[in-house]
Amino acid sequence: MIYELRKRGTSAMNIRSQNSSVATELPQAIARMSVEDATRLSRRSILKTGAAGLALGVYLARGGKAFAQQPPAASINITPNTFLIIGSDNTVTVLCKHIEMGQGPFTGMATLVAEELDADWSQMRADHAPSNPGLYKNLAFGVQGTGGSTAIANSFEQMRKVGASARAMLVSAAAAEWNVPAEEITVENGVIRHSSGKEGRFGEFAAKANQQPLPENPKLKDPSQFKLIGKEGVVKRLDSAAKSNGSAVYTMDINEPDMLTVLIARSPRFGGTVASFDASATKAIPGVVDVKQVPMGVAVYAKGFWAARKGREALKVTWDDSKAEKRGTGQLLSEFRMLSNTPGKVVKEEGAVDAEFAKGGGRIVEAEFVFPYLAHAAMEPLNSYLKWDGEKVVSRFGSQFPTPDMAVMAQVLGVKPENIDLKTILAGGSFGRRAQQTTHIAFELASVAKAIGPGPGVKVVWTREDDMRGGYYRPFALHRMRGLVRDKKIVAWTDTIVSQSIMKGSPFEAMTMKNGLDATVYEGSNEIPYDVENFRCDLHQVEIGVPVLWWRSVGHTHTGYAVEAFVDELLEAAGIDAVEGRLALMSKKPRHAGVLKAVAELSDWKNAKLAPGRARGIAVVESFNTFVAQVVELSMTDDGPKVHKVWCAVDCGVAVNPDIIRAQMEGGIGFGLGHILYADIPLEDGRPVSGNFDTYRSLRINEMPEIEVTIVQSTEKPTGVGEPGVPPIGPAVANALAKLGLKRPRQLPMVPGASV
Amino acid sequence: MTQLTLKINGQSHSIDADPDMPLLWAIRESVGLTGTKYGCGVAQCGACTVFVGGLPVRSCSMPVSAVGADEITTIEGLKSKEALAVQKAWVKLDVPQCGYCQSGQIMSATSLLEINAKPTDRDIDLAMNGNICRCATYVRIRAAIHDAAKSLEG
Ligand code: FES
Ligand code: FES
Repeated sequence: MIYELRKRGTSAMNIRSQNSSVATELPQAIARMSVEDATRLSRRSILKTGAAGLALGVYLARGGKAFAQQPPAASINITPNTFLIIGSDNTVTVLCKHIEMGQGPFTGMATLVAEELDADWSQMRADHAPSNPGLYKNLAFGVQGTGGSTAIANSFEQMRKVGASARAMLVSAAAAEWNVPAEEITVENGVIRHSSGKEGRFGEFAAKANQQPLPENPKLKDPSQFKLIGKEGVVKRLDSAAKSNGSAVYTMDINEPDMLTVLIARSPRFGGTVASFDASATKAIPGVVDVKQVPMGVAVYAKGFWAARKGREALKVTWDDSKAEKRGTGQLLSEFRMLSNTPGKVVKEEGAVDAEFAKGGGRIVEAEFVFPYLAHAAMEPLNSYLKWDGEKVVSRFGSQFPTPDMAVMAQVLGVKPENIDLKTILAGGSFGRRAQQTTHIAFELASVAKAIGPGPGVKVVWTREDDMRGGYYRPFALHRMRGLVRDKKIVAWTDTIVSQSIMKGSPFEAMTMKNGLDATVYEGSNEIPYDVENFRCDLHQVEIGVPVLWWRSVGHTHTGYAVEAFVDELLEAAGIDAVEGRLALMSKKPRHAGVLKAVAELSDWKNAKLAPGRARGIAVVESFNTFVAQVVELSMTDDGPKVHKVWCAVDCGVAVNPDIIRAQMEGGIGFGLGHILYADIPLEDGRPVSGNFDTYRSLRINEMPEIEVTIVQSTEKPTGVGEPGVPPIGPAVANALAKLGLKRPRQLPMVPGASV
Repeated sequence: MTQLTLKINGQSHSIDADPDMPLLWAIRESVGLTGTKYGCGVAQCGACTVFVGGLPVRSCSMPVSAVGADEITTIEGLKSKEALAVQKAWVKLDVPQCGYCQSGQIMSATSLLEINAKPTDRDIDLAMNGNICRCATYVRIRAAIHDAAKSLEG
């Protein structure tokens, strides 16, 4: 399975290992290389095969199947037609290789293309690209997929080149038509003009442009010429209207004639299997069509959701729990605690940490931080759709990782990958859940289709409870920290982590783990942004039968909290201001320092007069090469902390879409805040307790703080913003609570047992 | 199974359904209007909000047989000036991220403006806290409701 991936991943990893510690989320871990490395690599392979990067028109000619529903009859495919369709109505549709799950790649990709094409924003549209790793691979991964906040980073140059090439070809076509030199032609806001007064629009020239040669190396604008990139108020999201009138179509909305809706009875404990089942009552329910055993449980096939649900309720399944995980989170916590008092495998060590502690003198600060299992609980519960005739497969769902998903479908159904027409469609959120190291959603979908055989389409639907109790959680984690403060200086720091690996046991284990240790567990803890001479980070990587997964900002969800709450506590012990103290230790971290200063200024950290009962806290975390600092102002209530306002500074290199960056910071803060305050998936005897939003409390509008965001001006390469807004909010809240004279919460969530 | 007639967005639909089936599935699957979403099924998230007899209800928790002759309005059938102002403000401020919760948010916001032309932040909290947005677009939801209210002042 996934040979392509393995091959690329391995070679990529060598490149990465010379680099720093960025490798985090699976896709990044697969590639283990920077976007630049990958771009270089793919350019090289393009040269080798002799295919010009953008001259991919052959694709349509050969395999038009993926475009069954597009392009519309009237439109013409201008090369590079794999990324761009120019309609005779002058619309420009960008085929987005990244899944639109709210984080804004439709708008982002279109911005990059439109900038170099000199299109008018009103003519821009976007749609998902079909699954085709050769054309639509993420240059940071080598396969088609979205994650690790890489969408803009890996596409910045590629999509601009698409726009620049198309522009050059349109200009050549107009020059030929008008019989004038191309150099005398200008393009502005979607209008092609010659000094003679001749003018035309893209639609008129699209067909002829398609006959023009593809420019070898299209010239890109100097940033000073940008009209859309980084500009305020010009670019609006392309998907807002459809998402405000009910017309946006998600997987849940697929409603094909004859389609069967499938609910699966899955083991209440992870690792349990079907011992036996009795479907007689189920089959008597009107609307139930069939019941089949599948590898992950028992599938009920029905006409519609309600019949499937009633059918599943009537099902009697006996589970074999002999191999199931039966520990509860209480037991796990005791085991974690014991382990954390013994040395783990060293991830990073500097100076002589034990000797420093042994010297005596100064003040030792110790802290234990405990982080619960968390569900992603995207607003649209998991689901998927597939129809096959025994040979050809059509599949539509919010697939965040189409290449491996397609590979596993091909394997299960015994069809050739080229006979699978998989297209990603809009996802009602994901936060990491729609990409899995095990590709279990695609595996399940194909298994369900196979069990009933070729014919009607099947839509697998997870109820909210299925989704929330279905595992693939943010791992349960414990950090035991020890710090030494002497003469107003932090002189020693240790962090012993106990948690579960995300990569281990997955097909990617061999290429994503170093010395048997998973970077997604310790990222952020092994390289803290502070100068501390004597330092150690060690790890106990434990085996638990609960499936875990990357969850919006992955390891930083807990390492960011542990590091930032602890450094604040040490600075407090040393009697140094939280901002001044951090800055003094950031000699080698100018971008961390930059956002810290920016947020201190934005919030008037030094001079702000606070109302009685209010306090402020600060934190700064880098994740996915994006730097974010946040200040919170809060007070304490009977229902826990009430956050009134958050100030946020972000440095993500060149800011492509400032308003989307702001939106992602706002959303990241709200998402992070809701979870550190309220969210927990406790296990009882191995069974997840929380099943819906009544027991897995989500942030609501009355709990959302006011938010002010500043984007630090930068000429660095753009980096992502989908995840990095999340990590700082938790420790910033903890640090503000300390200022109120309360303890920094040692165990999350801060408001335990928070069911509404 | 029972024969029922539902009046949705001014049109009559005859359907054959289990009387206990929630209205949500009748709207989404029997009638095929998929703008109304399933998010929790237990009246916790508000994604399924529609108007029945002009008032917002959680369609996931109302049996289809309980609707009777009341007129149902879904996101696809919104026509009031308040609704149009809300939708316009949603687009103007680019409120949606994943968008999955937004039909429900817009139904609740419309209902609020229909009874309260100038809601305060506290009014917004009370009217909107039954609608979860996992993308946490709440800052913009609040701003858009104020914006819509302002635009309705004329
Ligand atoms: S689906 Fe009805 S309230 Fe959540
Ligand atoms: S926009 Fe995604 S849940 Fe609200």
